[in-house]
Amino acid sequence: MKGPKLNIKHGCIDLSHGSGGRATAQLIDQLFFAAFDNQWLAQKNDQACFTVNAGRMVMSTDAHVISPLFFPGGDIGSLAVNGTINDIAMSGGTPLYLSASFILEEGFPLVDLQKIINSMAHAAQQANVAIITGDTKVVERGKGDGVFITTTGVGVVPDGITLSGHQARPGDHVIVSGHMGDHGVAIMSLRNHLQFSTSIKSDTAALHDLVHHMIATTPNIRCLRDPTRGGLATTLNEWARQSQVGFMIDERKVPVRTEVASACELLGLDAMYVANEGKLLAICAPEDSQGLLTTMRAHPLGLHAEIIGEVVHDPRYFVQLKTTTGGMRMMDWLAGEQLPRIC
Amino acid sequence: MKYIEEFRDAELAKTLVTAIKSKAHPDRHYRLMEFCGGHTHTIHRYGLPSLLPDHVEMIHGPGCPVCVLPITRIDNAIALANIPDVMLCSYGDMLRVPGSDQQSLLAAKARGADVRMIYSVDDALKLAQLNPQKNVIFFAIGFETTTPPTAFAIKQAEALGLSNFSVFCNHVLTPVAMDHLLQDAESVHLDGFVGPAHVSIVIGSQAYEAVSQKYQKPIVIAGFEPLDVLHSILMLIEQINAQRAHVEIQYTRAVSREGNIRSQTMMAEVFELRPTFEWRGLGYIPHSALQIKSSFAAFDAEKRFTLPQSTGVEHKQCECGAVLRGMKKPMDCKLFARVCTPENPLGACMVSSEGACAAVYAYGRSQT
Repeated sequence: MKGPKLNIKHGCIDLSHGSGGRATAQLIDQLFFAAFDNQWLAQKNDQACFTVNAGRMVMSTDAHVISPLFFPGGDIGSLAVNGTINDIAMSGGTPLYLSASFILEEGFPLVDLQKIINSMAHAAQQANVAIITGDTKVVERGKGDGVFITTTGVGVVPDGITLSGHQARPGDHVIVSGHMGDHGVAIMSLRNHLQFSTSIKSDTAALHDLVHHMIATTPNIRCLRDPTRGGLATTLNEWARQSQVGFMIDERKVPVRTEVASACELLGLDAMYVANEGKLLAICAPEDSQGLLTTMRAHPLGLHAEIIGEVVHDPRYFVQLKTTTGGMRMMDWLAGEQLPRIC
Repeated sequence: MKYIEEFRDAELAKTLVTAIKSKAHPDRHYRLMEFCGGHTHTIHRYGLPSLLPDHVEMIHGPGCPVCVLPITRIDNAIALANIPDVMLCSYGDMLRVPGSDQQSLLAAKARGADVRMIYSVDDALKLAQLNPQKNVIFFAIGFETTTPPTAFAIKQAEALGLSNFSVFCNHVLTPVAMDHLLQDAESVHLDGFVGPAHVSIVIGSQAYEAVSQKYQKPIVIAGFEPLDVLHSILMLIEQINAQRAHVEIQYTRAVSREGNIRSQTMMAEVFELRPTFEWRGLGYIPHSALQIKSSFAAFDAEKRFTLPQSTGVEHKQCECGAVLRGMKKPMDCKLFARVCTPENPLGACMVSSEGACAAVYAYGRSQT
């Protein structure tokens, strides 16, 4: 809508931006549409219509409430785009379209909002996915943590591809696509009372291209999942319950960067439970694992992939770990938040 | 990582385990207590029980400051947190420990009490400076490891003229507790101790010599890495076989005989012995805990605020007491893993990451 230009440099969100009137339209035009810019948004409807090729559709949604909003390696915007793309990708599907809804807090600086929106546009463009519809609401000061973003994605799964967490079988191999713990430690480096300088960046990335290559060489991958909140250990425990199996993992095979391991040592955290935003876990038949590993290592997002263990028969559905020292122990569900050691 | 990876090496672990197996007499049962909760955590986190022979048994000790704090002191902390204008600062583990009626600091926080999780007493000092309108109380717990920082904080508060900072002091002492364990005729029979690592950096190995001599038990002070613990077990077995009872330092890269004199001096300046103190599971132990000296009374929360009387009733079937004395294993408690879990802890041993029940629940259930 033509009209006075928003004062992005010094302006803030105020309640008029959420009223649905002229101010809302200007905000959407000058910030959201300007950045996302595609044929669907250009039609300015409340919805977007699109055709899909043959195949099953896949849909996923995620709310993002991360604090701090900006962190080394990304921000809430790139996280919101990549996170939902990844959930779609874990079905084996190709992500096509995203919706994005924003809950903005009164007083939120427009310059920060623009950074986030541009970051989303960039991430979507890199992934060849369009943000085709959305919504904005404004809440009073104190009722929101700056901005909350919910993204919903749709995609199409090619015929013959069925990936699901209940398909793991005893004897199958477990592969991780790269270093564990980067994102969670990058975030914690910024939280109030955990200030330490570190070169660790969030690993937020869209994984659908890696998945595409993996499925091309190994169409009967059993399961894929990205180990976000709760880390590697949580994903394995989820799978153990879904597939009604156990796991034997070799701790020495799980890649963790030295800096991340050091930060975890300092804080008494276990990297196995720390969130990742640009990694995936795969389960495949044992005869397929070397070939799958080679494919993954040939891709930029899978350079440090490793086979870390196997699926076993276990009526208790335990995930067990062979430790760096050679002893065996359980790797259980996370109980509450990870608390640092006290003495 | 230097000093970390070398001490977790699988090949060296194999060598130590082979040596333990060859030195441990097959017809003798070695009952070794790792006093410190941090060692309990290391033992289970690295799966050491699966490597040791059956006749070398590790018995978990009471060296978890969260676990040994009696329920009355938790109730006191909750009462302090509920006083208007108080900001109670606590280490994370303490927030979830159940007091009477299954209350906790976390539950009090959810109902509006100003409870803050902090990583060091420094954070509490900073909060006191930033919030002059609040009475900041630091919930001080721990053995001798965390006591010097508390002493330093009190002296800092005095130097800064902070009138809104005080400490609820629950610091306890290690060698006295060891003496009490060995003195108690009903206690489990022990052949030796794996001695605490960080405590010993402060108090030095000499602090254990009296206990070791009195009861003729070897004590080997171990580092926190798995190879440190395995090495210490080997050293204990060698002493036991030779019928020696000395204090040895395995953790030579950090512990000396004298300890850290500056820390000891600071502790002596700020704290004095309580005549007696209640320990969960061990009962009242004379001269086993510290209180703030009257010269620093302005920083003593127990003097500045009125603490209510608490009857402190534990859950009837909770076996934390017996577990802390080494009389029972976590699996022997009827509540373990059935009703008492990390999500719903009924006793302190399940809450703290250094508690025996928490360690066995998190790491050891697959081996039972």
